[in-house]
Amino acid sequence: MTEITHHLPDWLVRSYATGSLGHAFSLVVAAHVSQCDECRARLEAEELAGGLVLDDLKGMAPSDDLRRRVFDGLDDDDAIVAEQPARAGIYPGAVVEAMGADSPRWRALGGGIKQAILSEDKEGSARLLYIPPGMAVPDHTHGGLELTLVLQGSFSDETGRFGVGDVEVADDDLDHTPIAGMEDVCICLAATDAPLKFKGLLPRLLQPIFRI
Amino acid sequence: MLRDATINFDTTGTPPIAAGQAFAGKRMDDRKSAKPTPEAACEQTDWLVAVRDKRDKLAFARLYDHFSPRLKGMLVRSGMTQAAAEDVVQDVMLTIWRKAHLYDETRARASAWIYRIARNRQIDVIRRRPRPVPDELIAEAETRETREADAAIELEQEAAQLRQAIEALPEAQREIIERAYVGELTQAEIREATGLALGTIKSRIRLALEKLRHELRDLREE
Ligand SMILES: [Zn+2]
Repeated sequence: MTEITHHLPDWLVRSYATGSLGHAFSLVVAAHVSQCDECRARLEAEELAGGLVLDDLKGMAPSDDLRRRVFDGLDDDDAIVAEQPARAGIYPGAVVEAMGADSPRWRALGGGIKQAILSEDKEGSARLLYIPPGMAVPDHTHGGLELTLVLQGSFSDETGRFGVGDVEVADDDLDHTPIAGMEDVCICLAATDAPLKFKGLLPRLLQPIFRI
Repeated sequence: MLRDATINFDTTGTPPIAAGQAFAGKRMDDRKSAKPTPEAACEQTDWLVAVRDKRDKLAFARLYDHFSPRLKGMLVRSGMTQAAAEDVVQDVMLTIWRKAHLYDETRARASAWIYRIARNRQIDVIRRRPRPVPDELIAEAETRETREADAAIELEQEAAQLRQAIEALPEAQREIIERAYVGELTQAEIREATGLALGTIKSRIRLALEKLRHELRDLREE
């Protein structure tokens, strides 16, 4: 495992821990923590603080019925506990769950670049990007925040080099052009809380069709 | 305006503001006088360990009595109806019983582990799709026993200091912290408002993770 040098910002770890993060960003946090012990420790520290607050919280009396339902359930040994799928190759379990399969259903975007949309809702979208070595990810401006986690290969842009496990946090003031490293196809998980707009490569008119 | 509530008592960097003094002193002489004492504060952790190791139903009942009102209160405050909150509490309590074998007291206090389970379940329900969670880093029972028993106690001491530091905060700041963890703040508000640094606790847990990685590696090589 190569050294991870680009981590999640504190507020993102805390937002995940407290449950205030949308699905797309949660996916990036879960995928990064899956391969980064530093951020796993930070997340567990947040949960410790959450536990302290929970411990001191003024409670609300549960119904007698709840107690009965819980204790009746203890002997139900056949109860199914839902599990997230296991990691598959370069894809952490949370990504496998979002793909609904062990590998992405890629769709060509042109120039050898492919994408697979994983989730889309009013809070944002998450997708996988496949970028051949040396290719530039089309220059795009952001309407919000974009998180990009490298799962394979690497990319570099104006702000530095991002290898496997690194996450780039790009705010709307960053107009950057990531270029995939020559060593391998770069596969990333990208999430945004606004629709992405590519300036190059594709005419704007095509955007709805390609769901970029 | 919210930014005024930002506090920072990260012990790894610059000296913290007044509220963090207790937390910042790494090995303070008056540590034993900390209230609540670590020994007393970790009884929930002891109950959870008894559930895990002995399938102790009395210990589980204690956990239920302690956590179910708190969980219900937290879930209602973060926007659920009472009925929906009780459904989540039921799932959480049964998950505690069924997944106790995954609990690792060197990394998490009982309340931290239960806090996570509650959030997972709550978000599964609210969003009607599984919450993305990190791949489990599982501590098998045999490796857990070889780790220092001290690790859990040290974690408890760090927690007692953090609690003191939070309690020493001005009312408005303490309220922001509480509201964030209860789940009343949005992502944007958390980004603006809650500069609570957890450096020492993070380092403690990081150490536990490193040991676990070592032991899992040793186990694989045997
Ligand atoms: Zn990290």
